[in-house]
Amino acid sequence: MSKVGIIGYGITPFTKKDQKIESVLLDSARQLFRNNSQINREDVDAVLVSTNNNSKYLSPILSEMTGIQPKISHSVESLCNSGTNSIVSAYSYIASGLANMVLVTGAERYDSPGQILQWDNSRGEFKHPIFWASIFTKSYKREFSISDEQLAIVSVKNHKQAKENPNALSNKTYTVDDVMNSKKLTEDLRLLDCSRPCTGSASIIMASEEKAKQLTDEPIWITGIGQKTTSAGFTKNTSFSTMESTKLASQTALEMSKKNSKDIDVAEIHDAFSVCEPMALESMGFTAEGKGTDMVNELHSTNNFKINPRGGLIGTGHPLGATGIAQTIEIVQQLQSNAGKRQVDDPNVGLVHNMSAAATSSTVLVLEK
Amino acid sequence: MNFESKLTKGEFCIPECIKCKKIVWPPSEFCNSCFGDVVLKEGPFMGKILEFSSQNQQNFCLVEFENTIRIMAKILKKPKLGQAVKISKCGISDGSYFFEVI
Ligand SMILES: [Zn+2]
Repeated sequence: MSKVGIIGYGITPFTKKDQKIESVLLDSARQLFRNNSQINREDVDAVLVSTNNNSKYLSPILSEMTGIQPKISHSVESLCNSGTNSIVSAYSYIASGLANMVLVTGAERYDSPGQILQWDNSRGEFKHPIFWASIFTKSYKREFSISDEQLAIVSVKNHKQAKENPNALSNKTYTVDDVMNSKKLTEDLRLLDCSRPCTGSASIIMASEEKAKQLTDEPIWITGIGQKTTSAGFTKNTSFSTMESTKLASQTALEMSKKNSKDIDVAEIHDAFSVCEPMALESMGFTAEGKGTDMVNELHSTNNFKINPRGGLIGTGHPLGATGIAQTIEIVQQLQSNAGKRQVDDPNVGLVHNMSAAATSSTVLVLEK
Repeated sequence: MNFESKLTKGEFCIPECIKCKKIVWPPSEFCNSCFGDVVLKEGPFMGKILEFSSQNQQNFCLVEFENTIRIMAKILKKPKLGQAVKISKCGISDGSYFFEVI
């Protein structure tokens, strides 16, 4: 299979702006082409749009607004991991030879319909994500004797890191006490434990090996892809203190890239809620089961930005369809040593973890210089 | 009668495949294992609390029936892990199912 690389990106600040989805989409795509004038739009042969927005025909609309007449154009929706799903689709188009260059743009509005999965009636009247997150949190705390204060460090760390990210929704720092004293949403979840919906957009352009080498001196290669969907309904999860789909997706991705979790220098983790970060770190083998909060605490106290350098979903905000693409852009910037004050020491291998609906579906990507 | 029309009347039934006897959950017209037709087993059924939390003094829990079906339900008294419960109230409101257990 031929190599597939990321050769450019564009991203908007994540805000609470009330803006039409079409114009949100266009913002990051325009920035991408402005910053990469070597890319000829006539050579873009697929345009994929990642969003949960209900507007129709968004990929042809984005194509028209950016002056592209692609061979392939369509939307990709898979709730919160729509972004990485669209990257995997773009990869497949390029690897199969159906396309040489693909624009992938993710966008969402703060009022996205993707926040609640109406179909999942096994959740009864408890359909809002805070309820599955409360069950995960309670179960994780019980299983591994973890305190609310230990979990609060995830939020403290990620807000601190988001402060160095000019595109993040939050630019405040918080203490463990601030998190503990923030509004109690349920017995097990506080406001500052949660990522927040917002408006934002992120675009990348992917290309075949030949095209990538022609167009940039520093392509970032996607060397590993793993995806797994175990169910759609939250209550079908086999465990509420580990993430089965994440575990399987990461094994596939690491195997494809011939790496193991020890080789990963920097990673973006889908911390939709505080508890998700230690759970995901454990499920992907970054640390032993039940030791995720120790790892988070160690990283925080040594000011090591290795996990969620851009501030995670908690600090950056979570515009669903844009999130997986924004995570990928962060790893690209890190591997290109272009991440400013968030820069991790000389990373060679990065990982993106993006998931949907209580970890019923996960995508893991491995990226290399 | 299908699962939802029973539920609307406040009856919680368990859908089971006629052919392979597998419990079909979430409720569907066909078995997701053999695509056989589904019949409804009538309760009451005893369930077991797998996990719980609360919001504004209102307890909610994750309950498992027949080692297969799981739902999120309201419970008035403070729940206990592993507690045996049965459905006391259920139905459909604004397109969403709701369950209460005791
Ligand atoms: Zn069957």
